[in-house]
Amino acid sequence: MITLQPLRWGKPYESMEIKDVVHFDTGEPIAKFGSVGGGIVARDMKQAHKARAALLKHSTADLIAMSKKAADLFENAELPVGDSMQSVDQFVHQQSASTGLPEHMCRSNLKKNSFVLSHMDEILDCLTRGLDLDILSRGYGEEGRGVIVSYQAQTPVLGAILPNNSPGVHTLWLPAIPLQIGLALKPGSQEPWTPYRMVSAFIQAGVPAEAFGLYPGGHDAGGAIMTKTPRSMIFGSAETVAQHAGNPRVQAHGPGWSKILIGDDVVDDWELYLDVMVESVLSNSGRSCINCSGIWASRHTREIAQAIAERIGPVDVLPPTDDQAQLAAFTVPAMATGTYAMVQQDLAESGVTDMTADYGDKLIEREHCAYLRPMVVHADSPDRGVAMKEYMFPFVSVVECPQAEMLRRIGPTLVGTVLTRDPELVAAAGACVEIDRVNFGPIPTNRLNWLQPHEGNIIDFLFRSRAYQVADLPVAATA
Amino acid sequence: MSAAQTSIPEDVAKSASEARDRLNEHTLKIVHWHFSEETGSPFWLEKKAELGFDPLTDIKSFDDLKKFPHFEDEWLRGGPIQRWVPKGHAGKPVYVFETGGTTGVPKSRMVIEDHWKDYELFSDTLPDEHFPPGSNWLMLGPSGPRRLRLAVEHLAQHRGGICFCIDLDPRWVVKLIKKGWMEHLEEYKKHCIDQAVTVLTAGHDIKCMFATPKLLESLGEALEDRGTSLQEVGIKGIFSGGTEFTPQWTRFCVEELLGGPVEEGGVYMTPTYGNTLMGLACSKPISAADGYKISYYAPQPRAVTEVVSFDDYNQVVGFGETGRVKLYTLTDEFFVPGFMERDEGEREAPFDMYPWDGVSGVRPFHELASATTVGVY
Repeated sequence: MITLQPLRWGKPYESMEIKDVVHFDTGEPIAKFGSVGGGIVARDMKQAHKARAALLKHSTADLIAMSKKAADLFENAELPVGDSMQSVDQFVHQQSASTGLPEHMCRSNLKKNSFVLSHMDEILDCLTRGLDLDILSRGYGEEGRGVIVSYQAQTPVLGAILPNNSPGVHTLWLPAIPLQIGLALKPGSQEPWTPYRMVSAFIQAGVPAEAFGLYPGGHDAGGAIMTKTPRSMIFGSAETVAQHAGNPRVQAHGPGWSKILIGDDVVDDWELYLDVMVESVLSNSGRSCINCSGIWASRHTREIAQAIAERIGPVDVLPPTDDQAQLAAFTVPAMATGTYAMVQQDLAESGVTDMTADYGDKLIEREHCAYLRPMVVHADSPDRGVAMKEYMFPFVSVVECPQAEMLRRIGPTLVGTVLTRDPELVAAAGACVEIDRVNFGPIPTNRLNWLQPHEGNIIDFLFRSRAYQVADLPVAATA
Repeated sequence: MSAAQTSIPEDVAKSASEARDRLNEHTLKIVHWHFSEETGSPFWLEKKAELGFDPLTDIKSFDDLKKFPHFEDEWLRGGPIQRWVPKGHAGKPVYVFETGGTTGVPKSRMVIEDHWKDYELFSDTLPDEHFPPGSNWLMLGPSGPRRLRLAVEHLAQHRGGICFCIDLDPRWVVKLIKKGWMEHLEEYKKHCIDQAVTVLTAGHDIKCMFATPKLLESLGEALEDRGTSLQEVGIKGIFSGGTEFTPQWTRFCVEELLGGPVEEGGVYMTPTYGNTLMGLACSKPISAADGYKISYYAPQPRAVTEVVSFDDYNQVVGFGETGRVKLYTLTDEFFVPGFMERDEGEREAPFDMYPWDGVSGVRPFHELASATTVGVY
């Protein structure tokens, strides 16, 4: 059985606290991983400057080349992971077994992470708007306008408290390495696979091992990473995000409440967009913050909800190895039962209709896990509580709302796909600060262009633009 | 190690049998004290009517204590506190020690001299080489209505020293965590550590200390930031406690915080386990060779720990097997005939120093773990 041990700036640490990673369906241990406490993390963070120093020995161009090589290794090679060699198939199988995601979705996330890594040069070029990356290394430089520009690294390492169940989010910390910023990661207890395999791929591709810290552990370890690194990201609930709101040291990622807004000018042709809506709701088992949780239109909402229900309502539980499997398991059954109880409360409100009621039981309980089958609900007004809900399974509320009120009522929206040709709505949606990533036209909410920033530009998070003036020193008169 | 694999040496078995005899005898004495009209506390004399048996005649051994219902610490909430004072101690000065109380009414235990006696017994286990008699102490833990603060101070005095303390309100710490005010939490921790550093560097010749694991980590870090260390400021011996005091944490401290193993000049550290109800259990000496294993032994017969089956709290598990920790307190001040602690662990065999059951691998009881906040300060 594979054993994953903490990595302390490239050096494996033999932890005495070994925990099991278990198969979501059978409860059988599939791996072991050692954890560390906050004291060890805090101690290591005192040496974080060495991680950056090790990366600064390589140019950004070299690190980008290594990243591309790492992308290939990550996606295709057998790699040393923990105390074992891990093939791609083993990785996929292990990740599926612990997270409950169907294997084909694990492969898809694997390719997504690899894609981002292999296009790192283009991504950084876009995120920096063409800045010579040597300026980031040196801290200052000349961009061609006769003025010095300076971008000062705000931290030697990026800390990250990674999620348990979303292998896709790892794309967000990957740019740190070519930006010569080390990584202090706390892997999720059910999804240690991507960070461990990715770090292995980086190291095999030539990136200095001293740049990486992997600290599996409890809240204590996570808390130490966040306290001791000047810049960190965390993935969690709405409460987690609220807790860190306004803290410039922390980039908090939580629910997305991503939505599709249909303008009055095209809503009569809603059937043209049915595929976009279905993919936005159902992809990746509805687990992502970029999955659509709300579809808003002024009319035809019942018909839209009915049509989506007909497409996703019949989706049932399939084995994780089945390429047709669309549903991920809740590895903690209580999360499914708790979520379902909340949905029942939503449905109890007048004006809310379960459009998938005819498609059988929604809560499927197994001995060690549980599933929630897709649900589409109709809300006759944005006043209904369900209009603002997002759950960790394919769940969407189709909300009837006059176009004039829509942007005022939608609330925080990570990805907003706006279907309209109405220039006034285009302009208003473009200006709406509730929407982070905006798509105009039939772009599913889950399809991200990685050349654009996601929930804030990581360059702005890790570097600070500042003034940098230089004048020659006068030469002292010789005696 | 399974029960079948555990073989207890003959001399230890003999000592264990004698210790059991003493425990039985002590149990009878204590039960008579608490349930006699002349000496018992109003609480237990009133409770006696609900028991359905007469403790004075029906309790003949320690095992008979299982006839009592489990002690509920909820009984300790609210007053009057006097109902817990045995009549046999009427008129003596009484302390009250509290646990909980971040919100609502805390649990209160009255104490007369138990904390002194427990820590005097504990003192006998401390090696003079690392806790030099006459040394001054630092108590780096919670202040306020806590047993620990006065007990450590008494320990220092008992060993001929003077104890320095800090102000630390654990209820405010818990509130900060519940509110999610992590920056405030960090600042409060710094505030506590600043007090400790100030005392340690003020020329008081402090050589010994108590510290919670979290605060010990922070103190080590703060001293390092100032270019010094626990060793350099003169600390020779530390005792600590709590479920975060794990083998892994011990190893981290030895290797990275305390200047290496004690045989190579590092600071000596010993774990303890206990609470306001029971007192203080000591640890079998820990070493790298033994995988930093931590095994606690209660100060029998004043207190007893058992490791009992998760399915039957009156059934002790086999040696090396896992179960929930059950505590008994049998002093003339306080009577606890079986309290289900919020921890679990493995049952340890008697050995020459402590010829009775111990418990190792103590951690939060798995059924309550998610609701338990440990190591908050």
